[in-house]
Amino acid sequence: MAEIHFTSHLRNIVPDGPLSAAGATVGEALANVLADQPQARSYVLDDRGGLRKHVCIFADGERLAHESALARRIGPDSKLYVMQALSGG
Amino acid sequence: MSDHLLIATRKGLFALERKRSGWVSTLIGFEGVAVTNALAADGVIYAALKHGHFGAKLHRSDDGGATWRELAAPAFPADAADAPSLFQIWTMETGGRTHPDRLWIGAIPAGLFRSDDRGESWQLVSSLWNVPERKRWFGGGYDAAGIHSISPDPRDDDRVFLAISCGGVWESRDTGDTWSVLGKGLFAPYVPPEQAEDSAIQDPHRVARCASAPDVMWMQHHAGIYRSADAGAHWTRLSPPTDDFGFAVAAHPRQAQTAWFVPALKDEVRMPRDGALCVTRTDDGGQSWEIMRHGLPQRDAYDLIYRHGLEVDESGERLAMGSTTGALWTSEDGGRSWQLVNAHLPPIYAVHFV
Repeated sequence: MAEIHFTSHLRNIVPDGPLSAAGATVGEALANVLADQPQARSYVLDDRGGLRKHVCIFADGERLAHESALARRIGPDSKLYVMQALSGG
Repeated sequence: MSDHLLIATRKGLFALERKRSGWVSTLIGFEGVAVTNALAADGVIYAALKHGHFGAKLHRSDDGGATWRELAAPAFPADAADAPSLFQIWTMETGGRTHPDRLWIGAIPAGLFRSDDRGESWQLVSSLWNVPERKRWFGGGYDAAGIHSISPDPRDDDRVFLAISCGGVWESRDTGDTWSVLGKGLFAPYVPPEQAEDSAIQDPHRVARCASAPDVMWMQHHAGIYRSADAGAHWTRLSPPTDDFGFAVAAHPRQAQTAWFVPALKDEVRMPRDGALCVTRTDDGGQSWEIMRHGLPQRDAYDLIYRHGLEVDESGERLAMGSTTGALWTSEDGGRSWQLVNAHLPPIYAVHFV
């Protein structure tokens, strides 16, 4: 299960603390962890399921290129950070 | 004191002159066009434009803004890595006393450009563009990283310091041939914790340097305010009694312990706390602070001061400050009181004493 941390800017809509989710890719892990949280999902992914432009994901210490972030393969011990990109501010 | 100001706005370039009746403003160019910054040097005014449809441009006036001539804007060479297109000219600086014909431009994306003929031609400083750390830079406020602060050392004009959002602070000691990332002590809470001290991903919103003690620099960072006493190598975080988010900072030209900041609620809000605008000042290197409000709106104010929106003149007493909501203030007493010049200008990107 990947460990997923969300930016503090989403503290009001994502449960506190790291969450865990299964998935072979970043996209699968996010889909699983957000499956029963449609509001939070809509803040991270757009209405077409794409990663929102100014949301930035780090996987195991690496900032992922935006266009390929969701397809990135991850392992069972991966650590993900879902952050706001400062480009959005 | 300087009696002349340039104001770069979303809708044109304004010149202000201090007369007996007060400041008188004139729209001197580019009506309706975004002027992202301006520079006055040796009787010449340079204006950086960002046309909504037609890209980033550079103009020059040799007669105080009466007439303008378009110069070739800097461009990334076709064989530059990633070969981006110039999005915006973010800052322009002179080359210093020993290089009167030299100009520097900091751009978005974060290219540094140099001219040795007063802006007639420009070259990308490829040594900075090619540093391996650039892969870790990212946009702050804009999609791509950008250079907003450039400062040649007044003791040695070939020693150049600059700051990148988000790419940290850098120094060259050989006119840009080689570069070192500086910034020990800076801390970025917007990345995973193990990368928070990575110098190359810091977001210095703006860096200002004391002209007569050039090793002293002040930084408004995305997360906190800092001071360096060794030309940017090491930074100490300061603890003002106000919000420590903001964009602008001004350094006293002679007093190395004195600087000004404009606090705002942090990051996700970016407005004055409780709708009350203030400026802070320290005279002891950040140990203690004055919170100055006289003459500034204390209710229903949503003014944010951008990176280049606060400046002090060479006297250290007169300041100018322009906001995102188009308000312009000046102070004659080091910020302790302010006079509103105009509440209805276009959104202000930059103020500069001439």
